[in-house]
Amino acid sequence: MQYLEFEKPLAEIEGKAEELRAMARANPETNVEKEAAALDKKAADMLGTLYKSLSPWQKCQVARHPDRPHCKDYIEALLTDWTPLAGDRNFADDQAVMGGIGRLDDRPVVVIGQEKGHDTQSRIERNFGMARPEGYRKAIRLMEMADRFSMPVVTLVDTPGAYPGKGAEERGQSEAIARSTEMCLKIGVPLVSVIIGEGGSGGAVAFATANRVAMLEHSVYSVISPEGCASILWKDAEKMREAAEALRLTADDLKQLGVIDRIVKEPKGGAQRDRTATIEAVGREVRDMVEKLSGLSRDEIVRERRKKFLNMGSKGLAA
Amino acid sequence: MNWISNYVRPRINSLFSRREVPENLWTKCPECGTMLFHRELADNLNVCTNCDHHMGISPRDRFRLLFDGGIFTDVPVPQPTTDPLHFRDQKRYPDRLKAAQKATGEAEAMLVAEGEISRTPIVAAAQDFSFMGGSMGMYVGNAIIAAAERAVALKRPLILFSAAGGARMQEGILSLMQMPRTTVAVDMVKEAGLPYIVVLTHPTTGGVTASYAMLGDVHIAEPNALICFAGPRVIEQTIREKLPEGFQRAEYLLDHGMLDRVTHRRDLKEELVRITRLLMGLPPAIAGDLPKPEEPEPLAPAEPAEAAPPKADAAE
Repeated sequence: MQYLEFEKPLAEIEGKAEELRAMARANPETNVEKEAAALDKKAADMLGTLYKSLSPWQKCQVARHPDRPHCKDYIEALLTDWTPLAGDRNFADDQAVMGGIGRLDDRPVVVIGQEKGHDTQSRIERNFGMARPEGYRKAIRLMEMADRFSMPVVTLVDTPGAYPGKGAEERGQSEAIARSTEMCLKIGVPLVSVIIGEGGSGGAVAFATANRVAMLEHSVYSVISPEGCASILWKDAEKMREAAEALRLTADDLKQLGVIDRIVKEPKGGAQRDRTATIEAVGREVRDMVEKLSGLSRDEIVRERRKKFLNMGSKGLAA
Repeated sequence: MNWISNYVRPRINSLFSRREVPENLWTKCPECGTMLFHRELADNLNVCTNCDHHMGISPRDRFRLLFDGGIFTDVPVPQPTTDPLHFRDQKRYPDRLKAAQKATGEAEAMLVAEGEISRTPIVAAAQDFSFMGGSMGMYVGNAIIAAAERAVALKRPLILFSAAGGARMQEGILSLMQMPRTTVAVDMVKEAGLPYIVVLTHPTTGGVTASYAMLGDVHIAEPNALICFAGPRVIEQTIREKLPEGFQRAEYLLDHGMLDRVTHRRDLKEELVRITRLLMGLPPAIAGDLPKPEEPEPLAPAEPAEAAPPKADAAE
């Protein structure tokens, strides 16, 4: 388990308990279990308190934790008959975006999401979850197909943002994102989205313009990264704590603003400490959201999605 | 009146005002550095007379140049909640807003108007880069929705002039939500069978480019306008290499298939008229001014008319 910066005191205690147990294994006659158990309890209490009141900047760190379940983990655990589909039929297959068809229980669905990768090699292959225009065009293609075959679409959002690169710009990053958002608004099938880690700006909106948007408790969703915001408005990238605070990027704030519909609770200590439980919780939420929308006609689905976004922002945060 | 108000105060005032005047007379072209006299610059539509760089132009000035006789009617835009997040960086957001309002004399970063261009009825929306970088927040979203609804109600084409640094950070996620919101608005126009034409002006970047600015039936850009999703500085930091000359400029985007046309500001009106009339199935616009109605026979002045009969008498 990789500890985050603010988890250092916790790491120390857990480290001590581990040391004691290692000592006991080396000298079987010493009995340290009582002490070690006390340390365990202390660590558990600390974990509980830490995660009960995470600051927005701490949530950003949790949302980016490398051990959090990623798109691929959810797909493998929640879907059967998973069949990845590749390519934008135009230029390339963007590995930062996973897409394909499979079954959620018995229901055929299309799933699209950003995948960040889990080790150095896969991270480079996946471009750290930063999609290029091909990724958005693959998503557009798959949403169109979902629409034709009346399959609900599930999107899993986890991206620092769309890739800011030379080739991406040349091939129309803006246009690809705009068209993907437009396609989200057009399809006559239920579209549900879960922000599972980082919801980074336009790169996230292109997938998350959905009938229902759920968000994991410690994930974040923002117009700009706190670091980026700090360097522009504070002229100092080190002011990311202040920026994270001001941007209102946590699930609680976004629910209050009506930008997201549901918050999915994470296990104690965050999704990275119990991946299975997190994946199951997200699965339950996705099934429920799809089920509740499945009775609507094509027109109703499009109309309610449009209305939702047109009305968005009519309420601010309470003073 | 005593001598303080009659003599001293005017002298003090004149001392201060005299200092302010020269600053506004000259503008330095940001591209070539030429100093341009303000009247000359305005006569040339805010285009540099030396290098043809298209400088910013306020929405109101643009509309005065665009609409016939400079006549247009503002389309009202619903006012959103001010400062929905209670955002505070080094300054309070409401203070930044007030400063921008004072500097531009406008309520917000977008102006919507209806009127005629060469007798072609249109609805137009223009973004104001000088208002907080033209950034897209709730108001800009409301403006585009208002423009789209007006265009649909009047069955007119919508012409949008974009200019923005991107989303309004001070409105956080709500500024991001303007991407889908404005997309819904654009689709309302398209579904009503009406043309949606985007004129991309310098600069159009970020979330604005990645939503309504790239969804037009026709994309026209002003020469040399910077148009991108990620700005050149961000890209240079990411890939750690210098970008080529002209990267992400209008001509470059034209080469890469993202634009239909790059058009000089002086030719823009004629081009917009031609395109909208073609797409709306209207006959070509009449070039130039309509011929003046024939000179009516000069009316005989009232008095001589009365005096005429005696004259006739005299002739007889």
